Amino acid sequence: MAKKLNLPIYMDYASTTPVDPRVAEKMLAFMTLDGDFGNPASRSHKYGWQAEKAVEEARSHVANLVNCDPREIVWTSGATEADNLAIKGVANFYASRGKHIITSKIEHKAVLDPCRQLERDGYEITYLDPNENGCITLDSIKAAIRPDTILISIMHINNELGTVNDIKSIGSFAREKGIFFHVDAAQSTGKVDIDLTNLEVDLMSFSAHKTYGPKGIGALYVSRKPRVRIEAQIHGGGHERGMRSGTLATHQIVGMGEAFRIAKTEMKSDLKKIKGFHSKFLDGIKDIDEIYINGGLNDKVNNILNVSFAYVEGESLIMALKDIAVSSGSACTSASLEPSYVLRALGREDELAHSSIRFSFGRFTTEDDINHTLSILSNAVERLRELSPLWEMHLDGIDMSKVEWNTH
Amino acid sequence: MAYSKKVVDKFEKTLNEPAKFNVGRFNPKDTDVGTGMVGAPACGDVMKLQIKCKLEGNQHVISDVKFKTYGCGSAIASSSELVEMLIGKTLEEAKEIKNKDIADALELPPIKIHCSVLAEDSIKQAIEDFEQKQ
Repeated sequence: MAKKLNLPIYMDYASTTPVDPRVAEKMLAFMTLDGDFGNPASRSHKYGWQAEKAVEEARSHVANLVNCDPREIVWTSGATEADNLAIKGVANFYASRGKHIITSKIEHKAVLDPCRQLERDGYEITYLDPNENGCITLDSIKAAIRPDTILISIMHINNELGTVNDIKSIGSFAREKGIFFHVDAAQSTGKVDIDLTNLEVDLMSFSAHKTYGPKGIGALYVSRKPRVRIEAQIHGGGHERGMRSGTLATHQIVGMGEAFRIAKTEMKSDLKKIKGFHSKFLDGIKDIDEIYINGGLNDKVNNILNVSFAYVEGESLIMALKDIAVSSGSACTSASLEPSYVLRALGREDELAHSSIRFSFGRFTTEDDINHTLSILSNAVERLRELSPLWEMHLDGIDMSKVEWNTH
Repeated sequence: MAYSKKVVDKFEKTLNEPAKFNVGRFNPKDTDVGTGMVGAPACGDVMKLQIKCKLEGNQHVISDVKFKTYGCGSAIASSSELVEMLIGKTLEEAKEIKNKDIADALELPPIKIHCSVLAEDSIKQAIEDFEQKQ
């Protein structure tokens, strides 16, 4: 007898992951009176020393997963803060060298919004388009550099598409040109190998909660060799070698450390399982007409699958799939009423952007979860198409690009 | 996405029993049929509403309605709600239906009011189409 399904089935791991129970258990030991609740910055007693020891151990676990020196890890409140610190930190420190930054149109808002802010402060930003597979090419970067370019910020894995950028070759190019290179790797830890000794990356952002750790904690890798300097964005005590002030959140840090330690030991088995789910999923949807996979299948990770179901609006599909927790690039699920800017940058027509669903799997996804999702998905699409005037027009052979729509 | 229970109910019922909830189409060329189609795929919603009318005394009365909607859950619920309001009404009465009537009936959140506006536009257009044929 199969285990009862936990409904709705969680297929939104790219948004956040549940905390691994082993992580939660470890965190509990750093909060209450009978635990190591001390301030890691307290140098005068055992409570502080114990907390500091735990923080440093966690720092080693994080460093170990990405193969860098623990002294290159700076704790932040999450990947958003790490992105802000990296981008504004470099821009402010090296402003005298130049005021041009290169990034891409498919970055997370945590990169795009700091860039917008820098534009208001007089910096110039180039936003690169991805290629048709959803990747940023080295050639587009080469074409965009200028003598005053100080920073390139390109994400490792795209959060909507799962596409992977070639940070190795972008890094060598940037290093050769003397331009700093920041990588948002919030989606990468535990999903792909990262070896910072073999990557010419100066700054890399990490998040705990995408890798079975708690929300509210992240880290920025700041390279020591060659050394990159950043101007602190938060002041107040000079913690983290002056780069990020604020009392360290011991329990959060311990949680991130434990989550990354587990990620290192279990990555292989996690990935093997998820690869199986990915092929099964693809196989299960291949008979649905008029679907489009967003992002090149050969250039992406297996835990994210972004599919447009043409002539069906994404939010209505989410409502029809009420037993499945997924997210959509549809405008209706966002506060802005704009469809996904990532899918638009990819060159998808707006209607396909409205029709997209992102499925993302993880450590706790089961075979039954996949089977159940597949069993209701094609039926939901079929019923919504029955309701769709666009599907009717498609079946009638009407060219919708030639229709004069009554926009409102 | 805070949806009222009414939107969810209406959406699910329409999805589960399309025929009972007037999903379908009439031949748009029939003289007793008026068709309205509003919205655009690029905006994320398109509503197609068709009314079938018969003459009762000296007035046209809506005897049947068919619709199809591409859009979010509240767009689909709004059209389905509108359809229920229309059957049996004279064209003059149907013209009086305002988007607020639909929004109130479904308790639409402010961000979804445009769905009810679209529904109001669709009935206006369908009536116009019908009247032009007479």
